[in-house]
Amino acid sequence: MADLSVNFCGIKSPNPFWLASAPPTDKAYNVERAFRAGWGGVVWKTLGEEGPPVVNVSGPRYGVVHGPDRRVSAFNNIELITDRPLEVNLQEITEMKRRWPDRAIVVSLMVPCEEEAWKRILPRVEATGADGIELNFGCPHGMSERGMGAAVGQVPEYVEMVTRWCKTHSRMPVIVKLTPNITDVRKPAEAAKRGGADAVSLINTINSIVGVDLDLMIPRPHTDRKATHGGMCGPAVKPIALNMVAEIARSPATHGVPISGIGGIETWRDAAEFMALGAGTVQVCTAAMVYGFKIVQEMITGLEAFMDERGYSKVSDFVGAAVPNVTDWQYLNLNYAVKAHIDQDLCIKCGRCHVACEDTSHQAITHLKDGVRHFEVIDEECVGCNLCASICPIENCITMVPLMDEVDRRTGRLVDGSCLNWTQHPNNPQVAKKPLEPLEPAE
Amino acid sequence: MSSAPDIRGGRLPSGDYCNAFSDLHAPLDAHEARVAAERCLFCYDAPCVTACPTSIDIPLFIRQIATGNATGAGKTILDSNIFGGMCARVCPTETLCEQACVRNEAEGKPVIIGQLQRHATDAIMASGRQLYKHGAPNGRRIAVVGAGPAGLSCAHKLATLGYDVVVFDKRQKAGGLNEHGIASYKSTNNFAQAEVDWILSIGGIELRCDQALGHDFTLADLRRDFDAVFLGLGLQAANSLGIDAGELRGIEDAVAFIEALRQSADLSKLPIGRRVVVIGGGMTAVDAAVQAKKLGAEEVTIVYRRGAEQMGASRYEQELALTGGVVVRHWARPVAVHGESGVLRSVIFAATAERDGRLVDTGETFELQADQLFKAIGQLFVPQVLEGSSEVLDLDRGRIAVDADRRTSLPDVWAGGDCVAGGRDLTVVAVEDGKQAALSIDRTLQGFVPMAAE
Repeated sequence: MADLSVNFCGIKSPNPFWLASAPPTDKAYNVERAFRAGWGGVVWKTLGEEGPPVVNVSGPRYGVVHGPDRRVSAFNNIELITDRPLEVNLQEITEMKRRWPDRAIVVSLMVPCEEEAWKRILPRVEATGADGIELNFGCPHGMSERGMGAAVGQVPEYVEMVTRWCKTHSRMPVIVKLTPNITDVRKPAEAAKRGGADAVSLINTINSIVGVDLDLMIPRPHTDRKATHGGMCGPAVKPIALNMVAEIARSPATHGVPISGIGGIETWRDAAEFMALGAGTVQVCTAAMVYGFKIVQEMITGLEAFMDERGYSKVSDFVGAAVPNVTDWQYLNLNYAVKAHIDQDLCIKCGRCHVACEDTSHQAITHLKDGVRHFEVIDEECVGCNLCASICPIENCITMVPLMDEVDRRTGRLVDGSCLNWTQHPNNPQVAKKPLEPLEPAE
Repeated sequence: MSSAPDIRGGRLPSGDYCNAFSDLHAPLDAHEARVAAERCLFCYDAPCVTACPTSIDIPLFIRQIATGNATGAGKTILDSNIFGGMCARVCPTETLCEQACVRNEAEGKPVIIGQLQRHATDAIMASGRQLYKHGAPNGRRIAVVGAGPAGLSCAHKLATLGYDVVVFDKRQKAGGLNEHGIASYKSTNNFAQAEVDWILSIGGIELRCDQALGHDFTLADLRRDFDAVFLGLGLQAANSLGIDAGELRGIEDAVAFIEALRQSADLSKLPIGRRVVVIGGGMTAVDAAVQAKKLGAEEVTIVYRRGAEQMGASRYEQELALTGGVVVRHWARPVAVHGESGVLRSVIFAATAERDGRLVDTGETFELQADQLFKAIGQLFVPQVLEGSSEVLDLDRGRIAVDADRRTSLPDVWAGGDCVAGGRDLTVVAVEDGKQAALSIDRTLQGFVPMAAE
């Protein structure tokens, strides 16, 4: 049986599934239930500095994007950091760590951007026995307007500075949580590394308005007839998060920095994808808020089965395994070619592949054959774009078949397995100017 | 007939009638409709549309339901089929749109198009909104004979195009078989009349009831007084069993029984036998049998001369009969009836079989006790209604011959619905006939010159 335990920048947990800093980890009651359900760790909901706690709205805090059958595609929220007194949280963290010594408890922190403020809170957190801290540089609403959260995370110099303060004033591992509301996520990641961060976690929520109430003409959710943007999370953000994780994992400047992957993880498969792109642990919130804590049991057993099937005995056997296969567009092989192929036995003849290709792409799929509905790829027109396979309602009905040692009937070019990328391509004006240099840079 | 001792009303406790004849399907609520609608794949050149005789844009109306626009969905339906509400209730969808649904290939279960259609058309009816209006009057007058689905579909389309239409019907009420010939549990809450009222409310249509062709007026009268005539006459007579029943009470037409039931103000007063036999294998047989059972008959048996596969009633309808407690016996035909004191007592059947493609008696017989027998073996078009015309309408296999435009052999007379040859005796086909005839009448009267053959 595969061993799911992880040691993430010195923080140990029996499995890589952590609950992200969010409502599910706001207090001992929830965390107790989470650990009983099997979660390997929690990142405690963000603590602020001593004093009167923040005040949340007493109206709706969540907006939602529904898919078919009211499946939740995404949430956004306008909740702030914990609105409970600091001391209460610290006591409960202490108690939980004592009761669950084998689980990871990481404490999320957000205090003003002053060294003294961090200096005051760090020893008190350390005293709880928590395994590490996560710096909340991502919260996009409410706190950012007060110079915290994303306001720090969007300025790499501040990220570096605060990280350094934390490393200076604490022995605990420091995880820097990154905001996606930025042009190039590698910059704050590099800053965190320079500041001495032990790891980064990403992504925090994305600035968003999930929809508009067309009766009231107010975006959702609204509080007393006004609305504000919130932070978006859930399955819809996963592709954005995967890309950002991969960018950090493959960037020479940050390669090797431990990553805790966050963003739309609902199943073991989602988790495994983040891990393949370099995440040593994953953090979950939305899926738990939709289905409850029990989903971790599916995740644990699913990941175990996956690892057993593939012969991975420990998590680190496949963490980052897909990173070498992520590259820049210019290094993709332009000599490679595929053609769509429709399995006529599986085809239910809905015709969507035809109309998608006909209306919006390359007119490469038939509609009729001898007067009868019949959907077949026209190799002379097919560019291999994958649109038909992507929108086909039947799994594996349309597959993309690579050409090998045969002529591409669209281009008339022999596909022989040779490689030619854009940096080498004769159509590239820069190649024409100076005969090329590099192949893909070494990792 | 009610004097026969075992044929009487009040077989159910009085409070039970309402329940027994309640809606066959509870209407979908908004959530159910949305979940069902989301199964639609929005097919290109969708097979369900091809399968619909009125070519309703089914993927579009279902997508409109899925996006919370049920009234828009209703309009999409009614634009193609003004009787979309009734068709949602009575269409054999399992042999039309739902049979063609590609979800059958994927999961063996189609999108429930019929129920979704009802959801959308009910939304229109509930809104009380009228979607259509009498077109700018063009001064032309059209006569429509028969206020059933074919006639009213034709009249409605013509009215929207600016014609003044007079609709004649021999019955007291408009609606044709929608009102008189369909099981009441398929059209509850007086839906058929509400739908007719809604259709007629656009203006430009004058309804004249109690006016029978061949009795109160002739086709020649109409041809003289109107610019064009549409005949949606339906069928007038039931086929004969071909056995000598003498004067026995208790032998009735299923169609007449259903009509009496539909028009009954108090079902507890409607007489029904204790042991009922229905002869036939179509929708009418099932409608009569199931309703006889619902009225409290103890034993109801459908007897059909061939097998289940050959029955005109769809598989779904056959199951409806079986789950409703009706016994279905295949491969037998009635050969004699027995009575006592002028009252039916039993029916003698000969067992049948198919040999070399022909139906033959096997030589075995059996007897079913019965105090009421309903004939549901099809209806006939009676051409005598057309008498009195100076010219003669061509018939084809006993019904009115029409071309693809529903034009008869007379240049100013169109026809549609059950009275024309080659139809499928379905409401939805009648609606399409009326619509196509209206469009053809308009093309003809507006001097539209057809393009050279394409």
